[in-house]
Amino acid sequence: MSAETPNRARHDPHATPDAGHGERVGVYVCHCGHNIANTVAVEEVARWAGEQPNVVVARDYKFMCSSLGQELIEQDIQQLGLNRVVVAACSPHMHEKTFRSACQRAGLNPYLFEMANIREMGSWATDDREAATQKARAQVKGAVDRAVHQQPLEPLYVDINPNTLVVGGGIAGLTAALELANAGYHVYLVERDSSIGGHMAKLDKTFPTLDCAACILTPKMVDVANHPNITLMTWSEVIAVHGYVGNFTVRVRKKARYIKEDLCTGCGTCVEKCPVRIIDQNFEVGLGYRKAVYRNFPQAVPKYPVIDTANCTFFQRGKCRACEIVCPTDAIDFNQKDQIVDLEVGNIILATGYEQFDARRVPQYGYGRLANVFTSMEFERMVNAAGPTAGRVVLRDGVTVPKRIGIIHCVGSRDKNYHEYCSRACCMAALKFAHLVHERVPEAEVFNFYIDIRASGKHYEEFYHRVLSESTHFIRGRVAEVTDAARGPGEEGQLIIQVEDTLIGKQRRIPVDMVILMAGMESRKDARQVAALFGLGCDYDGWFTERHAKLDPVVTMTEGILVAGACQGPKAIPESVAQGSAAAARVAGMIGQRVMKMEPVRASIDAASCSGCRICNTLCPYHAITFHEDRKVSEVITALCQGCGACVAACPSAAISGAHFTRDQVLAQIEGILWDARQPEVLWLEPQ
Amino acid sequence: MRYGYYPGCSLERNAGAYHTSLMAVAAQLGVEFAEVDDWNCCGATEFIAVNRLRAYALVSRNLALAARQTTGSNGASQGQLVAPCSACYLNLSKVEHYLSESPALASDVNNALAAGGLSYEPGSLRVRHLLDVMVNDVGYEKVAARVRRPLHGLRVAPYYGCLVVRPGFQGRFDDPEYPTSLDRLMRTLGATVVDFPLKAHCCGGHMTQISRDVALELIRRLLKNAADYQADMIVTLCPMCQLNLDAFQESVNGLFGTEYRIPILFFTQLMGLAFGLSPAAVGIGKEFIDARPALAKIGAAAPAAAEAAPRRKPRRGDQSLPLPQMPEEE
Repeated sequence: MSAETPNRARHDPHATPDAGHGERVGVYVCHCGHNIANTVAVEEVARWAGEQPNVVVARDYKFMCSSLGQELIEQDIQQLGLNRVVVAACSPHMHEKTFRSACQRAGLNPYLFEMANIREMGSWATDDREAATQKARAQVKGAVDRAVHQQPLEPLYVDINPNTLVVGGGIAGLTAALELANAGYHVYLVERDSSIGGHMAKLDKTFPTLDCAACILTPKMVDVANHPNITLMTWSEVIAVHGYVGNFTVRVRKKARYIKEDLCTGCGTCVEKCPVRIIDQNFEVGLGYRKAVYRNFPQAVPKYPVIDTANCTFFQRGKCRACEIVCPTDAIDFNQKDQIVDLEVGNIILATGYEQFDARRVPQYGYGRLANVFTSMEFERMVNAAGPTAGRVVLRDGVTVPKRIGIIHCVGSRDKNYHEYCSRACCMAALKFAHLVHERVPEAEVFNFYIDIRASGKHYEEFYHRVLSESTHFIRGRVAEVTDAARGPGEEGQLIIQVEDTLIGKQRRIPVDMVILMAGMESRKDARQVAALFGLGCDYDGWFTERHAKLDPVVTMTEGILVAGACQGPKAIPESVAQGSAAAARVAGMIGQRVMKMEPVRASIDAASCSGCRICNTLCPYHAITFHEDRKVSEVITALCQGCGACVAACPSAAISGAHFTRDQVLAQIEGILWDARQPEVLWLEPQ
Repeated sequence: MRYGYYPGCSLERNAGAYHTSLMAVAAQLGVEFAEVDDWNCCGATEFIAVNRLRAYALVSRNLALAARQTTGSNGASQGQLVAPCSACYLNLSKVEHYLSESPALASDVNNALAAGGLSYEPGSLRVRHLLDVMVNDVGYEKVAARVRRPLHGLRVAPYYGCLVVRPGFQGRFDDPEYPTSLDRLMRTLGATVVDFPLKAHCCGGHMTQISRDVALELIRRLLKNAADYQADMIVTLCPMCQLNLDAFQESVNGLFGTEYRIPILFFTQLMGLAFGLSPAAVGIGKEFIDARPALAKIGAAAPAAAEAAPRRKPRRGDQSLPLPQMPEEE
């Protein structure tokens, strides 16, 4: 093992001549209670680190992030004249900021600090103490060797655009938009559908208080539409996002409505006279009809209808024009084109919501095959006074009132074949349905088939007890199948629910007239494309990944991109509202700072080495590289650069260097990590 | 297309019509089934419960023979072994899976095989059911192209039984709870397929020998279900299912006072008929419940419009709610 700086680094044009000589490094190995110390021999790592070149002091400490741990660093900087600090502890996501501040307080430039993650990447990843300790040594060595090459850097400050984009006009997005608008900031609310309100607008009652969804939602929708600080863009989609926190440029496609919004009074005559009637797969989830020119529901916001060109007789066959003829204000415009609008915003809140699990994927429950099997969202529309049956609970024939209704929980949720997670809202919705059936059809019997009743929310358990006292039957067991295959005369003409009643330990066959499938929530089909568009991450199930599941649930790993509502994971209304407000508060806090400190991790081009090949120009995802025709060299616009390093790696002349990620720093770290690579012992990760 | 072929004992006896018809159909489709030389019993459903290691060794002997005879014949690294019987298919694929999963078991089994001068390298065979091969390798288009005498007018209940799509060992080829590949194959032949909710339910298996009344009740449910949907016949892909529903139909009628006369045919028999082969060439006439009255319907009548297509536009005064949209098939 040699402490010498690798030769290659000497040729680096950005290498400082004296890098790697005479630096005074302090190393601090954290126990993190038992989190690290149980698996890594921290004292030994510290002792060994103290023997490494350039290391002046090496210590281990129970909790480096505590104020005492930080003071330890500060004292050593001042008393021992440290000019580099390495902490081997948790992920930099956790505490890099903490230790950088400690360095700064002691007068050391924070970019002379380096962190080795021996917890997430070491102690938490294995039980093998020997291997974890060996890896920790390598990580510390890499960090020390890197640190001696680090240079003092000054943070960049950028102005924060006070406008915010909210994507999605469901309850989470509406809440976030209103909170920010009320705080005095401008909000662009972009909604893909023709009106706002999201899934909540389809519901009749909301659990557990049973207040009418429309009554509590419509005022919010109207507030959003009328708010001077909100620009509402429905029937619109984000198609491109450029820039970075504080300064995003967002390109939005406003789809043609074929209605002139300035002239339309929302009288609805066009809808009434339109001769085309089709099944509404969107708002009525297939249970009702709409016209080719339509509004989702009577109180839709905005009030302007939209023409569905795929089903409009005029767009398909060139004639009809019924809507144009009857419109009293000449607001129909068949020649309208999509518009592209660019918005400048500082922050983006994604509230793109969820989709209902497709119950057809569980064929043994018969949805789509057996007429009187309904999904939970179909039933929501059915019990809604503004829905297809005007609130009457009836079978698919539209007339017969069911006498026995089976509600099957966890369809597509808590099921390894589909989604392993719990969709959280369905148990309560099922209880609500049971209650609504008792209210509308008092003589009907209701059976709930459940795995567990998950009623963990304010007043939820109380609601469960209320429904229990209304003599709903609760049968604990996962339903095997719903069938119309009668075994004998007692079952003819009914739907049979076959289930193992796990409380009495018997197979049961329960005949019912109607089955409601509590289909769970899943991420939107295009969630991954949306995530790629905005540059954030998705988990395995397609839910957007928050920065920290517990402590930072509304911010993503991408600065300036926040999430709210069910796009981050299954949620009911109260949690979606809470998250919408939280995201708005975070954004308001950010805007209040006016300027934002940015990491000075930026690329720069050494003009003398640049050959003018322009490879980097097209490669840069942030359009941050400009080409000077006169001098035939490229230059990085520092304010736009995000420090991703793509150009650094691609430059054939090695003319581009990334601050804080220079070649000598990265190569020194690699060599440090590989300090023992010549030794024959190689660590393999072996399965079991 | 060339496959190793493991007929299993039933195809030599009670399900002789299955063997005859599948060979005739394979010839029509240009598929070659090369019977494994010197194969032995698969152990059926019982032997595994008696002695596991011996049962695995018993099945592995077939795998070893098949691997030796099929691997490398067409240059592919993995040989394909086809079993038309659901129980054989289950046993072969299950043991193959367990051997691949557990090197210790593979070593024990190979010790046993060594006594007969054989060995089996796990993973060298892919075990397939005949239906899987017909719908996924041959494909619906190729089958459709061979149809000379469409089965118009024939209402069939597709019966999969419990075994064929349940094991997930080597890649299920259909939904385990509500399979549809046989439905589609029958439609490809021109037959009308009735909804058959019990399509993946148990036929009673060997219960006819152990607990006769239990088995007869299971068989009765299936027959009743097919009769309720006015099926002319039940089409199956498993010799056990065929035997139980066919040979015990009279017993069911005797016990329950019913009068079912529902023929039970193998899917390959209907394929052969649709391809224009003679009834004798596909083994028609070997069944207990005579299939000829039902087969006389072929081409005799246009398919009964029993299930009206869902109306797109409701009539005036009609309050019915639209049915859920199903994805377009075919």
